[in-house]
Order: sequence, then C-alpha cells, then structure tokens
Amino acid sequence: MSVPLTLLGLLEREPSHGYDLKREYDSYFGRDKPLPFGQVYATLSRLTRDGKAIAGDAEPGAGPDRKRYAITELGTAEVDDWLSEPVQPEPHLQTVLFAKVVLSLMLGRSAEHYLDIQRTAHMRRMRELTEVKRSGSPVDMLLADHGLFHLEADLRWIDVTAARLNTLAEMVGTQS
Amino acid sequence: MSSAEQSRSPGCLIEARDVVKSFGQTPALRGASVAAAGGEILAIMGPSGSGKSTLLHCMAGIFKPDSGEVWFEGRRIDELGETRRTELRRTAFGFVFQFGQLVPELSTADNIALPLLLNRVRRKTAYQAADSWLTRLGLAELGGRRTGELSGGQAQRVALARALAPRPKVIFADEPTGSLDSLASENVMDLLVGIAREEGTTVVLVTHDARVAAYADREVMVRDGKVTSPLDPVEAAGRHAGAEVGS
Repeated sequence: MSVPLTLLGLLEREPSHGYDLKREYDSYFGRDKPLPFGQVYATLSRLTRDGKAIAGDAEPGAGPDRKRYAITELGTAEVDDWLSEPVQPEPHLQTVLFAKVVLSLMLGRSAEHYLDIQRTAHMRRMRELTEVKRSGSPVDMLLADHGLFHLEADLRWIDVTAARLNTLAEMVGTQS
Repeated sequence: MSSAEQSRSPGCLIEARDVVKSFGQTPALRGASVAAAGGEILAIMGPSGSGKSTLLHCMAGIFKPDSGEVWFEGRRIDELGETRRTELRRTAFGFVFQFGQLVPELSTADNIALPLLLNRVRRKTAYQAADSWLTRLGLAELGGRRTGELSGGQAQRVALARALAPRPKVIFADEPTGSLDSLASENVMDLLVGIAREEGTTVVLVTHDARVAAYADREVMVRDGKVTSPLDPVEAAGRHAGAEVGS
C-alpha cells in the first residue's frame, strides 16, 4: 500500500486537514493498521516539498496542524498514473510456505505435517473472514473477499503440493 | 444407558464409526469415523474420489455400510431396514444436492410442500408453511413458478426451503453450491448457515470448496476413505516443543 499516493488520492477528492485525512484513510484503508499521526504529517510535508500538494495558511483551532492541504496538478497527474497502472502480478505470493515445504523435505522432516497445520490455520482465518463478511459493512465485505480469495489460492497450492510430495521429495533429496 | 449407547461419543447427534463401504471391488471408505454435535455445522472436505460423498450417504442412511456403525440420537441406524431408514430420512433429515432434486413440472410452492404432504401434514398447513419458507428465503414472488423456469441460485434456495420445511434435525448438503457462481453460492450459504443457526439444525456439508467450508464451525478431511481431523497449529506447536524438550 502506497501511503503517499493514497493520501494524494484522498486530497484529489477534496482539500483536507491532516486529521481528517488520517480519519478517512483509517476508515477505508487502515482498518487493521491505522496510520500514525506522525506519518500523516511527515508524508504531507514531503508531498508539499515535492510540489504534489500545497498547504494553506494555518487556521485557528485546537490541534498541532490546522493547515488545509490541496492537491496540485503534478499530484493529480501522479495519482492518475498510479491508478491506471496495473499492480505487478506477484508470482510467489507465499514464498514462506514454499521455503518451509522444501526445507522440510531436504531435512527429512514431515512436510505433510507442516502442510496440514498450515491448512488448518488458513481455514481458521477463512472462517473468521467469512464471519466478517456475514456481519460487516460493504467495505469490510470487500476486504474480507480479497483475503478469502488469496487464502483460497494458497489452499489450492497446499493441496496440490501435498499430492506431489513424493515427487518433490525425490527431487530435493531428503537428508538420511 | 445400554452398552450400545455408551459406545457413542458424548454430545454428538450423529456419528459414523469405522465405516467401510465398497462398490464392487472398489473401496470408497476404509474405516471412516466422524461425529457432529447438535446444532454444529460440519464441513467434510477432500479431493475428488476421496469418499466424502459416500460418507455423507452412509451417515444419512442412503447407503448401508459394509461394516462399521452409524448412530443418530443414541440409536444405531445402519442396522435399520430400508423402510425405517426411509422414514428417518423423511422425518429427521433434510437433503440438498448439487443437481436434480426439484420436480421441474411442479411449482416452487408445490416442491416445498411436497415433503410435508408426504409426512401427512394437512394440505392447507403444508402450503402455508411453503409460503412462509418462500418469504424467509426471499422467494415470495416465485411461489407459482415452475422450478424448471428458475435460475440456478433460485432453484438452490427452493431446494433449501424444501429441505428445511419439515424442520429436520440434520441437513445433509452435498456440494450444494457446486453449480453456482460465487455470488449465488454466498447467498445460498448465508441462508443455509443463518437458518441452521436460528433453528439449531445440524448441518453436514460435503464440499471441495474452501470458501464454502469456511461457513462451517469445523472441517474434517477425507483422504483415501479415511477421515483425518485437522491439526490445531497451536497444539501442534506445543507438541513439537514438548518433543524437543523431551528429546
């Protein structure tokens, strides 16, 4: 997740104070990981320095920074580029799973046991996300769907790998 | 309590124990054991040909095991004759399959009322219940339609209503969303799980789809005709740590 580009995107929607930006960011993109205030103001400062946003005069009121920020043409162009660029499809989403299976086989440990506990952990998380979907808002549902489809892809990989363990073991050579 | 009753797992409503079943020379189940508690939603997963559907059919009294036992409410049901098992399926069990369970020439309401009429419920009461289920499953407008005219998702919701109408203790669902797209699947599973929880109905759900299985309280895997319980990662880690300490 690119915090600067996301904040710029929110600024394109409407000029905003740092506090409101943080609140909006957290409600859409930082549900599991809220953005620290310090990071918001540091990012806004960099965006201003780079000419992608401008800060208005300080307004009277409580709080550390009462400046209203607005996006510039340069900032808008950057958001536009970012949104029209596909994210690079990641060919090795779960390299840790892969590494654990291969190492287990190399070291003569039970890769099947590892895959079983990984499957159980994935299913448990899928149950939690399914419950979020059943009881959450449309935004929660969208996020849960994203997680569920990725977990499902991992599970398919786990099942196919479990079926191929003998072949894989011959290939990597188990420790005697 | 008789010795036979003592043999079943405590708290469970339905249980298969060491069930063996072959078709000709081909073994499908090689000593499969699984139990579901009252109100539990249990997913049975496994690869194609692993024996998961055969296990469901044995638990539901559709197939008679070659050996092993099936218990329901403290009684062995695998020993019952065909007539008694048919009666049990009609009164205590409900079924949702992937295809071909509705009578296409009958209306939606007729299909839902059918199991009630077979259970000798009065016609007026059966159709009132059918209307009520149609409303509950968001199908109130479709009561007069022939089921052959429905979409896949609508047809599965009618199948759900038909399975639930006699208020069974256990719903057996074999790949209930197998022919549906993702959104229709979710809709069917939301309804099945929501109503089962409200009614306290046990659900035994066979699926190869992890997203469908994630609606269940618990899942088991069938591999080569045997049930393997999932390992708890926390327990497994503890066991591993214990083994290392002990070694």
